Amino acid sequence: MTSSDRTVWDAIVIGGGHNGLICATLLAKGRRNVLLLEANAEMGGAARTEEFFPGFRDSTAHVLNRLHPEVVKALDLEELGLDLLRGASGSTFAPSVVLSKDGAPLTLHGAYGETLTGASAAEQAAWKDLRVQLLRYAGVLKPFLSRRPPEFGSRSPGGLAALGQAALAMKRLGREDMRDFLRVLLMNVHDLLDEQLSDDRLKGLLAFDAVLGSHLGPRSPTSLLGLYYRLAGEIGGAPGAQVVPKGGMGAVIATIRAAAEHAGVALCTGASVAKIVVESGRAVGLALASGEEIHADTIVSAVNPTTTLLTLVGAPLLDTGLVRKVKNIRMKGDVAKLNLALDGVPDFPGVAAQDLHGRLVIAPSPDHVERAFNPAKYGEFSPEPVMEITLPSLTDPSLAPQDGCILSANVQYAPYALKEGWETGKPKFLAAIMAQLEAHAPGIGRLARHAELLTPADIEVRYLMPGGHWHHGELQADQMLFSRPVSGWSGYDTPIERLYLAGAGSHPGGGISGLPGLNAARRILAARAER
Amino acid sequence: MNISTLKPSPTQVWQIAQSHFRTLRADTPFQPRIDAAAKTNEWYNWSGYRAPHSLWDEELEYFAIRSQAALFDISPMTKYRIEGPEAEAFCNRLTLRDVTRLKPGRVHYTAWCDDQGFVLDDGTLFRLSPDRFRLCCQGRHLPWLLDSAIGFTVRIGEETEQVAGLALQGPTSFAVLRDAGFAGIERLKPFDLADFAHESGAVTISRTGFTGDLGYELFVERELALPLWDRLMVAGQLHGIRPIGYAALDRARIEAGLIVANADFTAAQQAVRADRQRLPYEIGLGFMVDADKGHFNGRRAILDARAGKKLRYVLVGLEIEGNIPAEHAIVYHKKNREVGLVSAAIWAPTAKKSVAIASLRRPFGDLILDDLWVEIYAMRELRYERVMKRARIVPRPFIRLERRSATPPADF
Ligand SMILES: Cc1cc2nc3c(=O)[nH]c(=O)nc-3n(C[C@H](O)[C@H](O)[C@H](O)COP(=O)(O)OP(=O)(O)OC[C@H]3O[C@@H](n4cnc5c(N)ncnc54)[C@H](O)[C@@H]3O)c2cc1C
Repeated sequence: MTSSDRTVWDAIVIGGGHNGLICATLLAKGRRNVLLLEANAEMGGAARTEEFFPGFRDSTAHVLNRLHPEVVKALDLEELGLDLLRGASGSTFAPSVVLSKDGAPLTLHGAYGETLTGASAAEQAAWKDLRVQLLRYAGVLKPFLSRRPPEFGSRSPGGLAALGQAALAMKRLGREDMRDFLRVLLMNVHDLLDEQLSDDRLKGLLAFDAVLGSHLGPRSPTSLLGLYYRLAGEIGGAPGAQVVPKGGMGAVIATIRAAAEHAGVALCTGASVAKIVVESGRAVGLALASGEEIHADTIVSAVNPTTTLLTLVGAPLLDTGLVRKVKNIRMKGDVAKLNLALDGVPDFPGVAAQDLHGRLVIAPSPDHVERAFNPAKYGEFSPEPVMEITLPSLTDPSLAPQDGCILSANVQYAPYALKEGWETGKPKFLAAIMAQLEAHAPGIGRLARHAELLTPADIEVRYLMPGGHWHHGELQADQMLFSRPVSGWSGYDTPIERLYLAGAGSHPGGGISGLPGLNAARRILAARAER
Repeated sequence: MNISTLKPSPTQVWQIAQSHFRTLRADTPFQPRIDAAAKTNEWYNWSGYRAPHSLWDEELEYFAIRSQAALFDISPMTKYRIEGPEAEAFCNRLTLRDVTRLKPGRVHYTAWCDDQGFVLDDGTLFRLSPDRFRLCCQGRHLPWLLDSAIGFTVRIGEETEQVAGLALQGPTSFAVLRDAGFAGIERLKPFDLADFAHESGAVTISRTGFTGDLGYELFVERELALPLWDRLMVAGQLHGIRPIGYAALDRARIEAGLIVANADFTAAQQAVRADRQRLPYEIGLGFMVDADKGHFNGRRAILDARAGKKLRYVLVGLEIEGNIPAEHAIVYHKKNREVGLVSAAIWAPTAKKSVAIASLRRPFGDLILDDLWVEIYAMRELRYERVMKRARIVPRPFIRLERRSATPPADF
């Protein structure tokens, strides 16, 4: 891969996040000669595992809840050793525990609360009904959220198939349910929860899950869509399930990477792409930050769409209307990452030892989540932030030294553009987070040997994720489906011939699902077949 | 990769907002002279300016263009200043034609399109120096220009109010300018421009116009506008110089076969109905499209439409039998099939023919050229007389005047 190397690649994939890896693998399996370029020294993007303190390692994405079964199958990930069903200590799925400052926690077991403990009998019954309903409705959206987005005015078989499947799924709901499905579709999650539940802890968890990773509060219109998106994911065939993967997220990435190598993808780390070379409206190659130019028949960008179009291609080569749309993609993240190196396993009173392997959530009520969101609207962080916590070293002891423990938390809300600036804001926000933790795990502060807090601004720099945004662009109704990343260019194609998008900024969106990469690969192989 | 570094480069704006909208009918810098010449008091609204439809006699004003020298205030025309090391690259990306081939001191007629390739406007691009341009057009486009400038080191500002403009058109226009003391004016060839001293400053004179005749356009800072008018009127006295209104100019431009945005085609941003938008090839501007010059806005859509034979309309010149202007007449094939519409028509006094500019739905006007008719409704004392007249597609312009391009121009 030096400049004397005259290989012309069939395809070069930019970005070795999970989507880039998956797309590259599938292209290679489709007999393409594929090169993948990753800027960082490690593959995996926000899912890569890194040392943040001597002997302590963690990844930013820490819970696996949507890796798509077709991806698992197409890449033979199970054959390569991915073991999703066996999470911590041989149990199946990771539970979600809603922590409580002054009472017993509430726990959802199995795949998103197949059983519920810590709640009244009446609440358990109400949850059972609501859970069935949520999963059914999420199921209707599933075909939309997995296939490539339907296109207006096109008769592409893929798009029609997705529409057809969704129509069929809706029909299967029956008339009453279909009406109700349409009624609630664009509701806010807060109102829906108030209709059906009464336990604040349970409502708090659902509200948190609905808004995690987006700039919405539970009372914001359409916030329910976020919960559907979450529940459209599945693990091991169980909708809504989650695991804290054995071996950490790093193990998942290692398996996907192995699949790429197995398929013959040439993997290159430390290769930052500076420019996509375009001639007469067609992508013909790219230039690395080092100045080296590499040519290819097809360029696939599995990095952020705004970066791809405005930085790597450049506005001068795009139509003005498109530039306007791309500039208007909202992608200012609100999630911060806390990595704590602890001297021992912290004590969360009331939480059963085996549940510490799961996901611990601080979101005591939907109102609390909403109040945490309020300051974020005005560029301030939440004084009492909400968060999801895992202790990954319990699942994979190799992540921490002996007797050490890692606490990994996704903390909301931490607006990307903090009004006072993160330089002074960050220590204050860290103090607020630690106070929250101390209130739920007394004594944790004394155990903490080192705290690494990544604000969205830090995440932007570390992972090359503009805005530090979870989804590489807000995942709200106006930026979903045929409007993702922008209307008119939603199906992985770009106005530059032979340049495709394959990252989370494309449909269906972020999270470790592999779907953008999978769909993009299918699209590229089909387009090649048409030529 | 900070988000702010994604925010593209230092496009600077001199002035975002113009104050034109604060006055319902703004005056141009020449208004005192126009008002004094306005005998008919027929006004119309030109982009918010009070502009004369006619001044003293529409008919004679037309003949001032063709046999004397006509002075027409073009100050309301929208003008943009585009400057900077990448001004050429920016103009090239914005417009259809190859700006690298537009030399300093030259002007060309061009157009620009939206992402779908639909024409936003047409206008003239003046290359004042290697890195300074002036773009003149009918509509207002500052937001579009600024957004198109993302990624270029260029400064863009609107100068419609600051810069006054005059068109001096007609066979004696050269003599007027020479006698006004603009030494060297005889060297200007069509589409040349140059700066000439005027009072404390300068006037930019280009050999351009909208009449198909010998003629010039003059641009000057608004403070120097009135002395320029007076200088021309004094020098032109013996050359028959006359101020004119738009009606006369409109006749001349139809004879010259030139189109006007929102009269002969609907500018893309104005069109309410999706099917009213037009690609360059659909309004006779296909010659501007340069597929080899690199990216320009709408390139992909235009080339796709051209390759996929998806062009729906064609703009043609028509010569119509008889002498009744066929304004807004419907065009028929074989007298019964509706195939298009006339957007401008006159009895052309110089061509001595009834001529029209029409948009036809392809393949009519493109592959099928014969047996075309226009249906004219002539109001005759409160009754429509409906006549079918044979129409023949002819090349534009409808008149070709030697004097338009002779250099040096003939003296009078
Ligand atoms: C704080 C936080 C916590 C999260 N937690 C979870 C979670 O628990 N579970 C979950 O499922 N999802 C989680 N997510 C979301 C998830 O991490 C992302 O949606 C996902 O990483 C997107 O994957 P991707 O492959 O599309 O892009 P990325 O993971 O962003 O990967 C893109 C890759 O491209 C590389 N790159 C960028 N520019 C260039 C260039 N010019 N040249 C070469 N390479 C380049 C980057 O270095 C990076 O490796 C979280 C996100 C955040 C921000």
